[in-house]
Amino acid sequence: MTISRRRILAVASAGLAVTLMPLPAQAATDAGDLIARFTDGATPGEGPLTISAPQIAENGNAVGVEVACPGARSIRILAPANPNPEVCTVHFGPRAGSRTLSTRIRMAETMDVIALAEMEDGGFVQASARVRVTIGGCGG
Amino acid sequence: MERIDARPRVRVPRSASPGEVVLIRTLANHPMENGERLDSDGERVARHIIHRFICTFNGDTVIEMEIEPSLAANPFIEFEAEVPESGTFHFAWHDDNGDVYEATADIEVA
Repeated sequence: MTISRRRILAVASAGLAVTLMPLPAQAATDAGDLIARFTDGATPGEGPLTISAPQIAENGNAVGVEVACPGARSIRILAPANPNPEVCTVHFGPRAGSRTLSTRIRMAETMDVIALAEMEDGGFVQASARVRVTIGGCGG
Repeated sequence: MERIDARPRVRVPRSASPGEVVLIRTLANHPMENGERLDSDGERVARHIIHRFICTFNGDTVIEMEIEPSLAANPFIEFEAEVPESGTFHFAWHDDNGDVYEATADIEVA
């Protein structure tokens, strides 16, 4: 049996596809899983949630992030490309003056930082911000 | 896990009017060892972080936070509180090693 050039290409490209596929698929699943863990499986919608972060972070060791969401009961921040993608969850109590939190987070690489809010009516909303990281900050 | 000299610092206004919303800034010294870093021998350094932060005003919760290793070292946390009357803010940072670092701040509301 002779192996045609076409067949070699077909096998090679199939192999390439298999090699390349898992990475993006894995990342997408992980972000989805992280979101589902907070929302108990519900798909978050859009709402008054905002996330502010620098477009470019020189140093991934400490990136300032502010989240705000009027009407939120709690807000979670996720850095999906970090070794530990969950960053923090803030619950607002009766003496909270606003549903706002500013903090500094670690970022291993360029990614979309995700904020998820659980609203007082039980619904969930999501927002994200792209941050380009020059030097990663997770020391892995 | 070693004891950390966290020296927590808080910034709270000294006075406000009833029902005013005030800005609160907090900072604690802590390496927030995320459990990913390798030491000079190539050994993984064990996780050692502040995993919880709580701020109350006269016993009522302002915010409560669950913190993971992806928060930056020397945790900086800024938020807002509503003050109906004079009283005391209480702040607590809970370390993985069981230590709790505390701070208080009084505010005059008139």
